[in-house]
Amino acid sequence: MTDSVANPPAPRFASVHTSPEARARLRRRYAAERRFRIYGIVAIALALGVLGVLFFTLVSQGYSAFVQTEIALDVHLDPETIDPEGTRDPARLQRVRYNRLVEAALREAAGGVAEGQERALAALVSTGAQFIVRDYVLANPDRIGETVRIRVPASSNADQAYKGFISRDVPENQRRISDAQFAMLDRLEEAGRLATGFNTILFTNADSRQPELAGLWGAVKGSFYTLLVCLVLSFPIGIGAAIYLEEFARKGRLTDLIEVNINNLAAVPSIIFGLLGLAVFIQLFGLPRSAPLVGGIVLALMTLPTIIIATRASLKSVPPSIREAAVGLGASKLQAIFHHILPLAFPGVLTGTIIGMAQALGETAPLLMIGMNAFITEAPDGLVDGATALPAQIYIWADSPERGFVERTSAGILVLLVFLICMNGLAIYLRKRFEKRW
Amino acid sequence: MDDGAMATTASLAGAAPAAPAPRAEAGRIKMMARDVRVFYGQTEALHGIDIDVLANEVLALIGPSGCGKSTFLRCLNRMNDTIEGARVTGTITLDGEDIHDPKLDVVQLRARVGMVFQKPNPFPKSIFDNVAYGPRLHGLAADRTELAAIVQTSLERAGLWDEVKDRMNQPGTGLSGGQQQRLCIARALAVNPEVVLMDEPCSALDPIATARIEELIDELRESYTIVIVTHSMQQAARVSQKTAFFHMGNLIEYGDTEQIFTSPRETRTHDYITGRFG
Ligand SMILES: Nc1ncnc2c1ncn2[C@@H]1O[C@H](COP(=O)(O)OP(=O)(O)OP(=O)(O)O)[C@@H](O)[C@H]1O
Ligand SMILES: [Mg+2]
Repeated sequence: MTDSVANPPAPRFASVHTSPEARARLRRRYAAERRFRIYGIVAIALALGVLGVLFFTLVSQGYSAFVQTEIALDVHLDPETIDPEGTRDPARLQRVRYNRLVEAALREAAGGVAEGQERALAALVSTGAQFIVRDYVLANPDRIGETVRIRVPASSNADQAYKGFISRDVPENQRRISDAQFAMLDRLEEAGRLATGFNTILFTNADSRQPELAGLWGAVKGSFYTLLVCLVLSFPIGIGAAIYLEEFARKGRLTDLIEVNINNLAAVPSIIFGLLGLAVFIQLFGLPRSAPLVGGIVLALMTLPTIIIATRASLKSVPPSIREAAVGLGASKLQAIFHHILPLAFPGVLTGTIIGMAQALGETAPLLMIGMNAFITEAPDGLVDGATALPAQIYIWADSPERGFVERTSAGILVLLVFLICMNGLAIYLRKRFEKRW
Repeated sequence: MDDGAMATTASLAGAAPAAPAPRAEAGRIKMMARDVRVFYGQTEALHGIDIDVLANEVLALIGPSGCGKSTFLRCLNRMNDTIEGARVTGTITLDGEDIHDPKLDVVQLRARVGMVFQKPNPFPKSIFDNVAYGPRLHGLAADRTELAAIVQTSLERAGLWDEVKDRMNQPGTGLSGGQQQRLCIARALAVNPEVVLMDEPCSALDPIATARIEELIDELRESYTIVIVTHSMQQAARVSQKTAFFHMGNLIEYGDTEQIFTSPRETRTHDYITGRFG
């Protein structure tokens, strides 16, 4: 059979679909399909590889920021220093200089200190330690006079040295921990006073000049308020505009023009929106700088095109027969939209909105323009308080040379990525949840 | 029909010289179309149609595919308004009132003139909600039991009740094609319209379901007026009193079904019903 086929003339009764040409065509078709599959797999492998490199770098640089070296101090809450009159008046207790107590406890823990090395020893503990002792005293005024064990964060340099990021082989004048300080750390270690624990400061503090006291809480709150403003503005306005344009507006020159401009807006560089926010909302309307309110408004302007385009696309994808069915039963246009079309389009609308929000969460440039990269040590408590946002905080930290900020930069990026993954996961969940099966 | 409607009809009939309705029937005119033209963009799909739809009668629209039957049907409840670029000219009246009159509410018109579409289009909701949507919309039921009763009678009339009575909460889109079509019929009936427009309601149905629908149409005729598009000559002959034959956007012949099928005046009608073209 094959022999005869290899050498035409083809028999007249053979079907055109089994001729050698047809078989060759079939083979080529399969080959093309296989090739396409291979391209696809290569592309995905490449993307995953790059993503893996990104994650590896971030995690390897950032994981150490999630633990913090702590020094256990036996602090003698000396009544002479804290409360000589014995009034236990919180306003007074507030004003005491607790660093003297901390330094004394540190000297005791290190087993004494050589003459002239006091400052070097004090530099091993975070400057925030005195406030931890203060808060302890304020919370437990009855313990004054006793000696209590309090764990305080080590300074960033000591922290880095203990985590092993400062090598003793480097000449002494090129590292941030002197030989004497290394010796003190060793003594503290021998005394069992050094330990690493989960870095809660990273999640409860706002920014700080001291790396070991700097946290993301202020930025997380700032991002939250900013996104809240952004969502409250862009969701209803975006959906309303999309419904009007898609369902009510007469198609013509004007709607074409609007459509083109909305698509253009989606492509405008974000820094332009920042400039607009600065010129209009801050300088013209006098809204405060660095405020989540302004940040949210600016990001809403950026998110609107995304939401409008996504909503229009999902409204368009609802089969016209559904609209006809509703209208044919005597529903008004608005009823048909709100009873049938919008619910069917809702998964798409939600996905668009959440993707827009995720974009807004990661947006940095416009926030820089309106001053949300300011150095702010208090977490914001409202929409007009000075605040930063997560990406702006990362930007600030990335600018600082200290190793403590370098690892915090990576940690901040990881936290931001976790938020983004959660938001996208939510988008997928909601889409599955609301999707109607046909 | 009251005198006012008659007067309007008469004057309109006078204005349109090619009025086909004999004087004796004028009093029973439920809907009337005069010189109806429909444009889709620049193309004219209907070239001036004059038809009377008589109350308590079934009018069958027949003709080859693409001749404009659906287009004409959609004029009667202004569904063409919803199509981008479609334009309707001419006069159409319902009980003597111009349906294009700005004073007449188009939403109310569609409640009075219900429609079953050529392609079944149930909502992606439960079977119950599909049928209940119209009554809810127009406040036809005072409470839940009344609503359930309306839903049940509508489904019974459409011959679907026995098949779905145990699965009222399942999606209407999960039914078979023919069941979906009957669901759409039940949904249209639940609104209690005066005129029912049916665009090939039996195209997806088996002979038994078709017979059920034809029975229903016969029943409905006592209280409603029906316009039905059909490709089945037998069906047209069985259920309708009047037949209109369309060809390429023109109304070729309109008259009693009996007369159209036994002694058509036009050769094109004769050729079509005997299966020589179309
Ligand atoms: N939405 C539309 N846009 C443009 N042209 C249309 C539209 N709907 C119908 N037409 C055209 O109008 C003419 C009549 O169409 P119509 O749907 O009324 O035909 P029909 O008689 O119902 O045919 P069938 O029996 O196949 O359903 C056809 O030529 C069709 O192409
Ligand atoms: Mg049709």
